[in-house]
Amino acid sequence: MADTIAKKWGMVIDLDVCTGCNACVTACAMENNIPTTGEDEVAYGRGMYWIYIQRYWNGLGGTNVKPTHQPMMCQQCSNAPCEPVCPVFASVHSETENINLQVYNRCVGTRYCANNCPYHARAFNWFDYNLPVPMDKYLNPSVTVRGRGVAEKCTFCIQRIRSAQDKAKAEGRAMVDGDVVPACGQACPSDAIVFGDLSDPNSRVSQASLSERRFRVYEELSTDPSIYYLKGGGKYGS
Amino acid sequence: MAAEVKPLTHVPVVDELEEDRHNELMFDPRPREEMNHMVMEAMTTTTRRYWIAVGILGALVLVLFLGLWGNQIFTGLGLTSKRRPMFWTFYITTFVFWIGISHAGTFVSAILRVFKAEFRRPFTRAAELMTTFGLAAGALFPLIHMGRVWDFYWMIPYPNQRWLWPNFRSPLVWDFLAITTYLLSSTIYLYLPLIPDLAMARDRTTGWRHSLYKTLALGWRGTEAEWHRIKRAMTIFAFAIIPVMFSVHTIVSWDFAVTYVEGWHSTIFGPYFIVGAIFSGVSAVVTILFIIRSTMKNMKYFIRAEHFDALGKLILIFSFTWSYFFFNDYLLEWYGGDQVAKQLLTFHATGPEAWIWYTMLVCNIVIPWLTLWNKKFRRTPLAIFIVTLLINVGMYFERLTIIPFSLRTQRSPFDWGSELRPQFTDLGIVIGSFCLFIFLYLVMSRLIPLVPVWEIQEGQTAHQLRKIGKAKVKSVTELD
Repeated sequence: MADTIAKKWGMVIDLDVCTGCNACVTACAMENNIPTTGEDEVAYGRGMYWIYIQRYWNGLGGTNVKPTHQPMMCQQCSNAPCEPVCPVFASVHSETENINLQVYNRCVGTRYCANNCPYHARAFNWFDYNLPVPMDKYLNPSVTVRGRGVAEKCTFCIQRIRSAQDKAKAEGRAMVDGDVVPACGQACPSDAIVFGDLSDPNSRVSQASLSERRFRVYEELSTDPSIYYLKGGGKYGS
Repeated sequence: MAAEVKPLTHVPVVDELEEDRHNELMFDPRPREEMNHMVMEAMTTTTRRYWIAVGILGALVLVLFLGLWGNQIFTGLGLTSKRRPMFWTFYITTFVFWIGISHAGTFVSAILRVFKAEFRRPFTRAAELMTTFGLAAGALFPLIHMGRVWDFYWMIPYPNQRWLWPNFRSPLVWDFLAITTYLLSSTIYLYLPLIPDLAMARDRTTGWRHSLYKTLALGWRGTEAEWHRIKRAMTIFAFAIIPVMFSVHTIVSWDFAVTYVEGWHSTIFGPYFIVGAIFSGVSAVVTILFIIRSTMKNMKYFIRAEHFDALGKLILIFSFTWSYFFFNDYLLEWYGGDQVAKQLLTFHATGPEAWIWYTMLVCNIVIPWLTLWNKKFRRTPLAIFIVTLLINVGMYFERLTIIPFSLRTQRSPFDWGSELRPQFTDLGIVIGSFCLFIFLYLVMSRLIPLVPVWEIQEGQTAHQLRKIGKAKVKSVTELD
């Protein structure tokens, strides 16, 4: 069943169609049991996100100011800065799938990974964020609930990848493009987030990643991210 | 042409020398038994003030250090000032500070011993004790800052049922190994020269002290063979511990230097951190010597103006070296032309916490340079005490600038942090660690002879005034 395993997962985010609506942020939080820390904590810089929208203002003032949005999350670097610094191998690489894994059970909470991530993609559990009683039914049973003192980040919805793989295996077929849709991509109303297998040249994500508008964030650091952004501003054709 | 004859150098007249003689410990010998008695008296005298200080400090350690840490373990690291993107703040700063302080002991006793600097003799032990307790206080901080400290042993490399092995590519594992090595070797290095003094104390005490020293002195009798062996062991350790000392702070600096963080990934960090460490460490030695001298009995005989003078010169040299490295680091980053680095340096100098950056420069450069060149100043204990305190404030601010303030302003402007607000928990634990250090030092100062009597006696035997013609000349005999 090699074809169900050897995948290079990747993502393309089209900034030209991203409206900055934050639907991906909400969907991600619901899918991955990310706690809501509250207004004060978020204002203090302790909001928990695996994906968040960076908003920048273009223009120098007056009426000519336009916002641009850039969803930011773990870039699933092939050469990830977070991995070598972890003393206990909690941040490890899946060579076959090209995903940075975070093993919560193994994390001792040095937060070195979070410091070394140029994308600030990592969140840290400052407290135990327990949901009040009826709301704990919201929790997604496929995702581990993290305790205090553990670092976490975007996993490319690995639980969805696994269940799609299981489903394909049960139906006795190879996985096809579109079998796996992460929560953020599913929720995106403008279809700005495309997810798929970069090792398959015909997949939608591979095709989109060939666009002349493509760039990767902080490519000069040679972290080799798996997430391609398509430049916004409407100056180029698609 | 009228010829005028002048002596080539100033030959001191005898009276002058006689006066000078009493200023220098090495030329002011006293009988061994008298010195023994003085040291024993200093060790066993405890005033009411001493017990009050021990009581207050002990209570502070319990409440501030252990109490707040326990509370933080059970509640979470959210009690501290940390937040995105400043994931490391006061704990790692204080960790680097204490590891820096701990370099003084080795520097003073091993390096000065190897280079046979005679002024080291009366305070080698005071400095070594600082190393051990500085490390003890500092080594706790990596544990305090961990999110899940109950699993700290996962960093220890040993075969285990979990099939886990630490990641040897991580600087934190290097750190762990380096600090453990340094703690062990510096404790042994503290203990070796202590054995003859413990034997001295054993022979002059009764009761629980006697049994304690009897055990610790390992049956030392002072025979030629014993002296030969202990001196060899000390020489080996002195040479072995110097590279360990250099490696420790280099490795601590690699925690920062190997990362992607702008302002951290600097190749000069290794020597820069070592120089900073010795700078702050030697300053702390002066601070402690002043306190010992003014609170313990008979210490005015052992610790004199000449020692403050010599240490003051060292501090001045390290201040020069530190400034060189500081500006070198700064200049290279600035000249590199990287926009992020430039922004970061601008924030250091003009940001909301610029006063910290300027205080650092004033305390580490301006004040030592303006004061320590002056011999009279260096020989005034109170004055140099204040300067060394300020230097350590400056060095703490230096680490604060490097660690949280560099993390705050990184590449993506959206993620820039706002100002650093110290919380009760992290301030309490940091202050608690200072209390822990002073508490341990206070207790130990009454448990072991704080002045190495044999080392002073050895020095006094070697130093003498020799008559050459009518002039008396100071001379030192090579003993080894």
